[in-house]
Amino acid sequence: MRWLQAAFFLLLVRPFLALVLGVNLRHAERLPLTGPAILAANHNSHLDTLLLMSLFPLAQLYRVRPVAAADYFLRNRFIAWFALNVMHILPLARRPKPGEPPLAHIEAALNAGDILILFPEGSRGEPEKRSELKSGIAHLMEHAPSVPVVPVYLHGLGKALPKGDWLPVPFFADGWVGEPLTWQGERASTMQALEARFAELERQGGYAAWE
Amino acid sequence: MPPNLQYALYGILALLVLGTLIIGLKHVFKPGPGDRELWLRMRSWWVMAGLFILAIAVNRQLSIVFFALMSFLALKEYFSIIPTRRADRRVLFWAYLAIPVQYFWVSEAWFGMFIIFIPVYLFLFIPLKMVIVGETQGFLKAAGTLHWGLMTTVFSLSHAAFLLALPDSGSPAAGSAGLLLFLVFLTQFNDVMQFVWGKLAGRRKVIPKVSPGKTVAGFVGGVATTTLVAWLAAPYLTPLVGWQPIAAGLIIGIGGFVGDVTISAIKRDLGIKDSGTLIPGHGGILDRVDSLTYTAPLFFHFVYYLHY
Repeated sequence: MRWLQAAFFLLLVRPFLALVLGVNLRHAERLPLTGPAILAANHNSHLDTLLLMSLFPLAQLYRVRPVAAADYFLRNRFIAWFALNVMHILPLARRPKPGEPPLAHIEAALNAGDILILFPEGSRGEPEKRSELKSGIAHLMEHAPSVPVVPVYLHGLGKALPKGDWLPVPFFADGWVGEPLTWQGERASTMQALEARFAELERQGGYAAWE
Repeated sequence: MPPNLQYALYGILALLVLGTLIIGLKHVFKPGPGDRELWLRMRSWWVMAGLFILAIAVNRQLSIVFFALMSFLALKEYFSIIPTRRADRRVLFWAYLAIPVQYFWVSEAWFGMFIIFIPVYLFLFIPLKMVIVGETQGFLKAAGTLHWGLMTTVFSLSHAAFLLALPDSGSPAAGSAGLLLFLVFLTQFNDVMQFVWGKLAGRRKVIPKVSPGKTVAGFVGGVATTTLVAWLAAPYLTPLVGWQPIAAGLIIGIGGFVGDVTISAIKRDLGIKDSGTLIPGHGGILDRVDSLTYTAPLFFHFVYYLHY
């Protein structure tokens, strides 16, 4: 479904993002050009995934894999087909069955040289508010200690299409790409380092709260 | 296309070439740290002038779409830099819908509706939508800022497009497109001339509290140059006669300055330097159309009163 995905992004996603949003990306040069790599972004909107994927050239797109909750994106046949074939997600079981290694296929994708998109906050939550990072990403980094994690702070997409709403409203969006980070030797310090990266990127933006 | 309009477009191309040459020569003989910025700015001038000339050259409808798109980008930028309330998200959607409707009146040349749609109907409708949402915290500020944005980026800018809806017979020299070109060219030329005069001779600041870069020499030199060019170009592009070209030049020169510093005041209020990053070397789209938000309605009503 590689061509379908490329056509979907070229004909629908990119024109939509350009007209309705208009994205200003700072430090685009820090984006990984080849895998294995992990993009870790804050999560405010379904548009986050579309935006992050559209940053990559069409030829690379098939290697960009959003890690997405299996219970949400595989909830019915149509959404599952779209998620698996067009968005090309890596489904993740949020509550894995005991005895099953939940990250095996994700590690396999990294070993194959894919670029993963991960939202360490776990869910979109309140629009334009960062929530606490879940430690799942540290587990993954522990198993792939040399893979760079590139933090991306997104602003404005939660205003354009927040959780629980279907009507997109135009706003300019900002993206701040941070310095890459790798496994720090233990989970706590890895999570702290990642949290610090996000806090720094958010501070650089200097955005007022959206109340 | 009327021959005068063609000559004017060639003239604009010649000015762009001249500007590019001056910046190139400056870089060779007197290189400075600001050269890259100047170069980006010049490149953006080529793109903007190219799009504008293309729209004018193709037809009236495309030019109207061009201005509608400009209003949309300007309004989107405005809503993105001002503090909006979460409760008003859908109200903003209705505000955006005003753009296609307003430009529809323009393309239909329905002057009566064009002139009251935003100042009357949307002025009354937007607060109604806000009341239905029901959030009263910050209501007045939100209603005020939303309407100000619509008036500036949609109502004011659409006056430039409405010049095209005026009958060509009112402006025999170059048709109604000649009036539009006269307005847009002189407004942008005035911006550049105020910048150039300010750089060459600027000392005393006009309004340091709002815009520290603006000087008396920049303002006076810019207005004088704009008025001179207005007087020279008016017979070929507009129906203005006698004292009228001088008055039109003053309106565009002074109005452009006021539009510029009004947006500067907003940016200062919000603590930002540029309204966006859409146009390399210039900043955002509001940074580029700020003067037009004043000159378009002022020039339109001046011409409309005298000749239509």
